[in-house]
Amino acid sequence: MKRSFSILPGFRLASGITLFYLSLLVLIPLCALVWKTTELSLEELVATLTNSRVLASFRVSILTALAAALINLFLGFVIAWVLVRYPMPFKRLFDAVIDLPFALPTAVAGIVLAALYAPDGWIGSFFTELGIRIAYTPLGIVVALMFIGLPFVVRTVEPVLQDLDSQLEEAAQSLGASPWTIFRRVLFPPLIPALLTGFALAFARGLGEYGSVIFIAGNMPMVSEIVPLLIITKLEQYDYAGATAIGLMMLVVAFIMLLVINMLQAWTRKRTGKL
Amino acid sequence: MHTQTLALDRLDQPGARQWPRYILTGLAIFIIGLFLLLPLAAVLIEAFSEGWDLYVQAINDRYTWEAIKLTLLVAAVVVPLNTVFGIAAAWMIARFQFTGRGALTTLIDLPFSISPVIAGLIFVLVFGAHGWFGSWFAEQGFPIIFAVPGIILATLFVTVPFVARELIPLMQEQGSEEEEAAIALGAGSWTMFWKITLPKIKWGLLYGIILCNARAMGEFGAVSVVSGHIRGQTNTLPLHVEILYNEYNFTAAFAVASLLAGLAILTLVLKSLVEWQQARSLERATQ
Repeated sequence: MKRSFSILPGFRLASGITLFYLSLLVLIPLCALVWKTTELSLEELVATLTNSRVLASFRVSILTALAAALINLFLGFVIAWVLVRYPMPFKRLFDAVIDLPFALPTAVAGIVLAALYAPDGWIGSFFTELGIRIAYTPLGIVVALMFIGLPFVVRTVEPVLQDLDSQLEEAAQSLGASPWTIFRRVLFPPLIPALLTGFALAFARGLGEYGSVIFIAGNMPMVSEIVPLLIITKLEQYDYAGATAIGLMMLVVAFIMLLVINMLQAWTRKRTGKL
Repeated sequence: MHTQTLALDRLDQPGARQWPRYILTGLAIFIIGLFLLLPLAAVLIEAFSEGWDLYVQAINDRYTWEAIKLTLLVAAVVVPLNTVFGIAAAWMIARFQFTGRGALTTLIDLPFSISPVIAGLIFVLVFGAHGWFGSWFAEQGFPIIFAVPGIILATLFVTVPFVARELIPLMQEQGSEEEEAAIALGAGSWTMFWKITLPKIKWGLLYGIILCNARAMGEFGAVSVVSGHIRGQTNTLPLHVEILYNEYNFTAAFAVASLLAGLAILTLVLKSLVEWQQARSLERATQ
C-alpha cells in the first residue's frame, strides 16, 4: 500500500489490524457468498430467482420499503423542521427519543408493533372499525419499516437545516417574498440532497430489515413474505443453493444502494459543505 | 443532536402568520408520540399487565437468566474487539494518505447496508455443516454454527462500523497538528496516543461504544440465522423474546422485552449525556 510521508507513527500497526480484521470478518465471508453462487449453473440461478414466490417476495420488500421511505421523507422532514426552527416544550426529550428505533432491539419493536396494530390492539381496533386491517398484511410491514426508517431522514436533514444561511432568508424577506415563496425558492432547494440521502438510507435499511417486520407481517407466501424471511425459510429447508442465490441478489442491491448513498452524500457536501 | 431555534425566525414576530407553526408542531408531536413514545410505553404496560408477581416470575426463569448471561457475554467480547478495530481504522484513515482510502471507508460501512440475514447467511456458508471450514471445526469438537462462536461472529459483523464511523470524521476534523508536535518534540508513540489522541477523541469514542453495545445486545436477524435457537445454550435475549412470543406467552415475552427496552432508554440517556459533554468541551476549546 503506497502512502505519502508523515511523521506520525503507527501506520503499520493500524493498517495491519484494520486489514486483517476486515478480511477475516467481512471480505472472506462475503467472498464465500459469491463463490457458493458460482457453484450453481446459470439455469439453476435463473430458475431460483425467477421462481414466482421469490419474485413476489422481492416485490413485497421493494414496494413496502419504498412506501415507508416516502412517508418517512415527509414525516421526517416535518419533525426536523419543527425541531430546528420552532420553540417547543420538552424539545430535548423529543429530540433524544428520535433515535429510539436505533436503540430499541428490532425484535422488541416487532412484537410491540404487532400488539398495537393487531385487529384488537390499541391502534388496530380503531382501524378495524374503518374496515382496514394493518397487522398481518403488507400494510403492517410498511408500519414496521416506518418505525425503523424515521430517524434516518430526521438525522440527515437536521444538520443541513441548522446551517442554512439566514442572510438569504432575510434578503428574500426584505424584498417582500411571502413565507411560502421563501420556503419554496430559498429554504427548500438546498435541503434536497439531504432529503434524498435520508430517503435512500431509510429505503436501504427497509429492504434488509427482518426483526421488526416478521412479527407484524403475517408472512403469507406471495402476499406478505419479505426477502430476508424467504432466505431463512430456504436455509431451514437445507436449500443452501436457493438461499445463496437470493442472498447474492440482495448483496448486489445493497452495493448499488451504498453507491447511490455515497454519491448523494458527496452531493450534499458539495452543496452545503456539511455532513 | 442539540438543536436551537433560529432567532431570526420570521414566524415569531407579531403580525406573521402563526398557523403553519402550530400545525407543524402539532403534527411533529403527534408523530413522535404515536410512532415512538406509544410503542415504548406499550412494552412496559404489556409487561406489567398481569401484575408485578408474574413479571418477576417471567424474568426469574432459568432460560431467561441463561439468555441474559449469553447476551452479556457476546457484548463483552464484541464491544472491546470493535473498539480496538475502530481506533486502528480511524487512525489509519484519518491520519494517513494512501491509495484505496475511499474503498476502505466504503468497506467499513458495508455491514450497515447489508441485511442482517445476509450477515448470518455468509457465516453459515463459511462455517456451517456444508461450509468451507464447517466440518473441520466440528471434528475438532468446536462447532461454530448453532453455537456461541457463530453468534459472536455474526454480531461482530453487524457492529463493525459503529466506532470507526464515529471516529473517522471527528479525527479528520480535529487535524493532526498536536500529534505531530508531540512526535516532533520527542514523545513516544504510546505517550502520544494516551496523552494527546485519546483525550481528544474520548467523547466520540464513548458515543460509538454506546451505540455498538446497544446493537450487539439487541441484534436479532443475524444471530437468528446462526444460533439454532437452543434454549439455555444459544438463546440470546432478543431470540428468547421471539420464542416466548411464538409460544403465545405474551406477558413473559413483553417482560423480557422490557429489559431490552430499559437498555434502549439507558442508551438514549447516555447518548444525550455524551452529546452534551461533547458540545461543552467543544465550547471550551473555542473560547
